[in-house]
Amino acid sequence: MSLELRGITKTFGALVANDSIDLKVETGEIHAILGENGAGKSTLMNIVYGLVAPDSGEILVDGVVKKISEPSDALASGIGMVHQHFMLVPVFTVAENIVLGHEKTGFAGRLDLNEARERIKKVSDQFNFDVNPDDLIEGLPVGVQQRVEIIRALIYDAKVLILDEPTAVLTPQETDDLLKIMQELKAQGTSIIFITHKLREVKAVADRITIIRRGKVVGNASPSASQSELASLMVGREVELAPDRGAHDVGAEVLVVKDLSILDITGRALVNKVSFSVRAGEVLAIAGVQGNGQSEVARAMVNLEEHVKGSITLNGEEIVGKSVRESLHAGIAFVPESRELDGLIGSMSIAENLILDLHDLAPYAKGIQLFPNVVLDEAAKRRDEFDIRLQNVTDPISSLSGGNKQKVVLARELSRPVKLLVASQPTRGLDVGSIEFVHKRILEERDAGRAVLLFSTELDEVLALADRIAVMYRGEILSIVPSGVSAQELGLLMAGVVHA
Amino acid sequence: MKALSAAQRRRRRSLYVMAALAVLSTLVFGLLQKSGQVVTYGFVLDKEWVLVQQWVINSRTASLLFGLVAVAASGVAFLQFRAGKTIGIASAVGAAGIMMSFLSWAAAGKFIPFTGLLQGALLLSVPLIFGSMAGVLSERSGVVNIAIEGQLLAGAFVSGVVASLTHSTFWGLIVAPFAGCLISTLLAVFAINFAIDQIILGFVLNVLVYGITDFLYKKLLIPYQATWNSGPTLAAIKIPILWKIPLLGPILFDQSIIVYLMYGVVFLISFSLFKTKWGLRTRAVGEHPTAADSVGIKVNRLRFMNVMIAGMVAGLGGAYFTVGGVGAFNKEMTAGKGFIALAALIFGRWTPWGAVSAALLFGFADNLQSVLGIIGTPIPSEFMLMVPYLVTVVAVTGFVGRVRAPAADGTPYKRGESH
Repeated sequence: MSLELRGITKTFGALVANDSIDLKVETGEIHAILGENGAGKSTLMNIVYGLVAPDSGEILVDGVVKKISEPSDALASGIGMVHQHFMLVPVFTVAENIVLGHEKTGFAGRLDLNEARERIKKVSDQFNFDVNPDDLIEGLPVGVQQRVEIIRALIYDAKVLILDEPTAVLTPQETDDLLKIMQELKAQGTSIIFITHKLREVKAVADRITIIRRGKVVGNASPSASQSELASLMVGREVELAPDRGAHDVGAEVLVVKDLSILDITGRALVNKVSFSVRAGEVLAIAGVQGNGQSEVARAMVNLEEHVKGSITLNGEEIVGKSVRESLHAGIAFVPESRELDGLIGSMSIAENLILDLHDLAPYAKGIQLFPNVVLDEAAKRRDEFDIRLQNVTDPISSLSGGNKQKVVLARELSRPVKLLVASQPTRGLDVGSIEFVHKRILEERDAGRAVLLFSTELDEVLALADRIAVMYRGEILSIVPSGVSAQELGLLMAGVVHA
Repeated sequence: MKALSAAQRRRRRSLYVMAALAVLSTLVFGLLQKSGQVVTYGFVLDKEWVLVQQWVINSRTASLLFGLVAVAASGVAFLQFRAGKTIGIASAVGAAGIMMSFLSWAAAGKFIPFTGLLQGALLLSVPLIFGSMAGVLSERSGVVNIAIEGQLLAGAFVSGVVASLTHSTFWGLIVAPFAGCLISTLLAVFAINFAIDQIILGFVLNVLVYGITDFLYKKLLIPYQATWNSGPTLAAIKIPILWKIPLLGPILFDQSIIVYLMYGVVFLISFSLFKTKWGLRTRAVGEHPTAADSVGIKVNRLRFMNVMIAGMVAGLGGAYFTVGGVGAFNKEMTAGKGFIALAALIFGRWTPWGAVSAALLFGFADNLQSVLGIIGTPIPSEFMLMVPYLVTVVAVTGFVGRVRAPAADGTPYKRGESH
């Protein structure tokens, strides 16, 4: 089945999310749509799936114009979608999720799940999915949940399958499995629209590539194009994919973590006896798939975790047991995993967010009095230093883009006297330009002789920045390897496979 | 012993509390009690088949006996807990033992109509059960329903007035659901279509119904009482044969039509919520509305419909106060029952049978208080009046622990705004 989009336009207020987009997906091809965060890929796919109504344009299925104003219209036309945020009810079983919206009922309106169970088993066996229809979704690993979504699309006879950033949540191994599944689906005649910003994956599976930038189709490419060609098409200028890492001197140990254990409220160990150290002028990356204890270790560095055993010393001074404020003032800069939730206060101004850490100290305050003008001056200074693109420093922080919000966090954290920078997923959800800036800034800190502790789930980021890499798996550090390690080897470690 | 999950440790803590209470009641009500008085339990209310007419026992012996039963039951429950089995029956026996030990002490030298105590308990739980069923319907689909109180009161007022005007309990019953539905429709419109904060909205609706009914009561129902506020009441209907079952018969099968309707509502809701297409969709929109939308379910339409049905259920429950009870409407006569229904809903973990059990417990505490108040006990009556509320607070905070509400409860759904 082929799918064609003609002149799709969608605006949200002043923002043109899609600007007369034309796209044709042929039968049985994997068509990658490549674009940065915010380029308009997801909006486009939500239009195809009937979740968003376009301002203008039409959708043709096998050359016939279809009106798709509801997800049910899309399903009826043979269009299925695997969403970036899974559309599965966590407290339901696999079978319940799959029948939802298409329920079969028996006597007295009683639900009948048997037919669904059979079909799930059939599809699961066909692709070696290993999915049990009666398992609860919330107990399944993310990769399996994704397969449930694929099964659902197949059971409802999807001939065109949209995969929206499907690898964002997967381990490298799960990603490879998914790429294989995509090839198999293609071999059986399913067309696949593969939305992503990951160049490597595009090159691995795509038959054709359409690049979208700022809501417009800016070009097509074949998978034989080089990564840097694709990246510059995506961003619109030359991009340094790997930041330049100059030679540098490594100094004394700044941070020493010994036998660090972190428990949750039920007493279960989330992190189990982890030990590592970071020297001045060195980047230690802690890599791992989301949810293996890295977030907790990062938070423990500034005492945001409650049930902590072991020791963390900064230049010989014990950190465990101090308050968050004392830890920060001991010389730790902390870039939290979620800017919006933990890094910034959304309703407060940019200037106020910039001095959150020092708001009660001179020169910003004296006693109970705050000096707003000093705050504004300082904000303007930092705006220039960190190249924060903004209208006015008194605007609310929520008016900024993700990249600029992250610059605000960095500007605040790096304006104190700092010995150690702890950065947790510092480029998550940022566009390529902002990623470049953050990476450069992290390496500048390293070159200035600071210790850097980087937490990242992105293989490419880890390999680009780290001097040494510690891999965390199920709350433990499996191994600490030098930066020369191959991506494949690192991927295996992240999946818990240790070579002798 | 293996590491325990949070839920297991909570259960263990409740077990310790129960064991301590069992030992305490054996000591205080049993050993420390002066001997010499008897307590009489009556088991026959009417002309049902008689198994035991009444039971006369030395109250100290009875307290001691029931206390020891509770201690034993706590022990059994603990052994079952260690073996990883369910502890439901043993803990129920334990709780009943503690309660009976207390009762035998409090009613020393008195007569307790035991069947009557339970029958009254069921009657007092009727509005709680209707109210909590309204809560299940609404909150399972993702709309917080603080306005149960208002829906009950509206049902009570309208059914009382209509029954009085038409001289017919039938018409009183028919209109009650629509009165509740009117209030819940307001809730639905503002909560779903205009995404107003549902807690504040529910509260405002309660105040609105209090205000309107107070006003009409003062200006219409008092001055023209003969026409407007002297409605007939429903008579009890004995279900043939069933009502003759000893103990259970008079409690369950000698009630007014509204109680039988309640049985139907409870069975229907608990079946539908877990076994039907409607139930699956209702739970889906309450847990993950975006997912429901993505498979073609009209989230807000389903929520709207469920909130309206919830109002009808609560409205019918409101009729219990007037046509199901005293006939005449009285100012603010629901007296916070809607909020206790809400507590029963939470205590029952948003499940129909859980809510029914909690409502029965609250109803029992309420009736125990009034029965003990009537026969006169060593405990001050002011304290006895606090019992139902105390039970509510203890139950909701101490024994429920952290319960999981439907994930999207209270969150308005608008396409494209949430994940």
